[in-house]
Amino acid sequence: MMEILSSSALATIQDAGRHSYYRDGVSRSGVMDGVALALGNALLGNDADAAAVEIPMLPFSVRFDQDLDIAVTGADCSARLDDRALPPNWAITAKAGETLTLGAPRSGCRAYLCVAGGFDVPAVLGSRSTQLREQFGGLEGRMLQKGDRLNGRRAETLLPAGGIGVNLVPLRPTVGDVAEVRVIPAAEYGLFVPEAHQALWSAEWDVTPQSNRAGYRLAGPELRLQAPVELRSHGIVPGVIQVPPGGAPIIQLADAATMGGYPKIGAVIEADLWRLAQARPGAKLRFRQVSFAEALDALGELDAFLSQVRSTTARVRNAAQGWTR
Amino acid sequence: MNAMAPTDQTKPRFSPLGTTGMIFEAPGAFDIEHQQRIWAMADAVGTWDGVREAVPGMTNLTVLFATPPRDIDTFGERIIALWNSGISKAVTGKTLDLPIVYGGEGGPHLADVSSLTGLSVEEVVGIHSAPTYTVYAVGSHAGYCYLGGLDPRLFVPRRAVPLLSIPGGSLSIAGAQTGVSASAGPSGWHTIGSADISFFDPTRQPPSLLRPGDSIRFHPEKVLS
Repeated sequence: MMEILSSSALATIQDAGRHSYYRDGVSRSGVMDGVALALGNALLGNDADAAAVEIPMLPFSVRFDQDLDIAVTGADCSARLDDRALPPNWAITAKAGETLTLGAPRSGCRAYLCVAGGFDVPAVLGSRSTQLREQFGGLEGRMLQKGDRLNGRRAETLLPAGGIGVNLVPLRPTVGDVAEVRVIPAAEYGLFVPEAHQALWSAEWDVTPQSNRAGYRLAGPELRLQAPVELRSHGIVPGVIQVPPGGAPIIQLADAATMGGYPKIGAVIEADLWRLAQARPGAKLRFRQVSFAEALDALGELDAFLSQVRSTTARVRNAAQGWTR
Repeated sequence: MNAMAPTDQTKPRFSPLGTTGMIFEAPGAFDIEHQQRIWAMADAVGTWDGVREAVPGMTNLTVLFATPPRDIDTFGERIIALWNSGISKAVTGKTLDLPIVYGGEGGPHLADVSSLTGLSVEEVVGIHSAPTYTVYAVGSHAGYCYLGGLDPRLFVPRRAVPLLSIPGGSLSIAGAQTGVSASAGPSGWHTIGSADISFFDPTRQPPSLLRPGDSIRFHPEKVLS
């Protein structure tokens, strides 16, 4: 068991998403940063989609009633276990009575707390993700608050003393406040004026404060259509860049509607959605055009990195078990 | 052509949604015959290897990949061939009879629709509640039904400034569409009434009350100014 001592608004339980109810209008939900979730779960030896707490606003602190393997991934947020500083992307056994504190992020904007076995809340429609609009999933369908008590689904501790971590350098994480994300043009790309195409690929786009789990509103040059279009409502997915009549793009994300009707100029590729998750309001985005094949290669590279982390960390945990037995 | 009517295309086409999925858009009119072909395609494509879900939209189909195809063009051509095969699925679903309070607190834009259309409030209510509406697609938010069958006399543009939130049960119209919100959320449509109904229950299987092919009839319970 653990108890939340302090939580700003918007911390929720999320897993890899609710994937098979699009035809019922149910958003994907799930973590914004899928890489952070995968790394945390890999470090702990969890299933890849075990549920974590997504923490978009810090500080956050939690006290453990019993020994529990935990991992803190995502934004570098000066994590401390009592007075021990934890490096970024680190897993360690928290001891009964210890308090984990996450501070203001030095880079990035969403931190993830993963626990052994994942958080123990009921799966609803195939996922433990919190669905805030319809208020189901996660913990009673709501944001976490002070005094909430949560459990991991595995009590056994497997980590070596001092813990283990993972180095993100092979993924070329965003350094500084300009994130480059790759984009495949979408259906209405050709309906925009040439200046809009040029602006899309060359401008630095501001992530505005009107940005959240549903979508990021961007500020930059106006993206104009050659002529107004009225589309029939169709499916949209996280990553789709819609352009409403005002000409300012919106990137649809985890909690977005499942259908919409604004023109789509492109879609951020699945392999780069985690970079968006860590771009905070005030940060800048640059879009780079890629082909479908290049986007699949990017997804393959990401999967290969994550499987390597899974196998390496499994060996370390197994070795640690050998030492203690 | 009506400025609010969706653009008719002449050829079927497909386009990627990143590597997460793709959209197939049918050519031709926005009507039940085209939609029945989309329903049939959704059933078929949903069983294809590498496909997680095939979701009907408004005379279009969104395919979500469990494993994205290496060759998106071949995949898209296969979908177009399926459209060209002409398969169709007529659904005779259930009909929901839904009492509506038109206007009042739950329908603040009824007067706006009256002035935009040049019809009296009574005429708007009469025209809106006359047809049996078919559920074309479910989406946007959980349990929400996109309906076909709105009388063209009620086609009005979306509101210039969207509302941050309208309550669940709100009956609204915009463009060639009308529908009842399943939960509270933002809306750029005109809210003309309200209903007491739950369209979605995550503990139910399936969780949505209505499916494509089902119908809704609106019954004016009260008309408030």
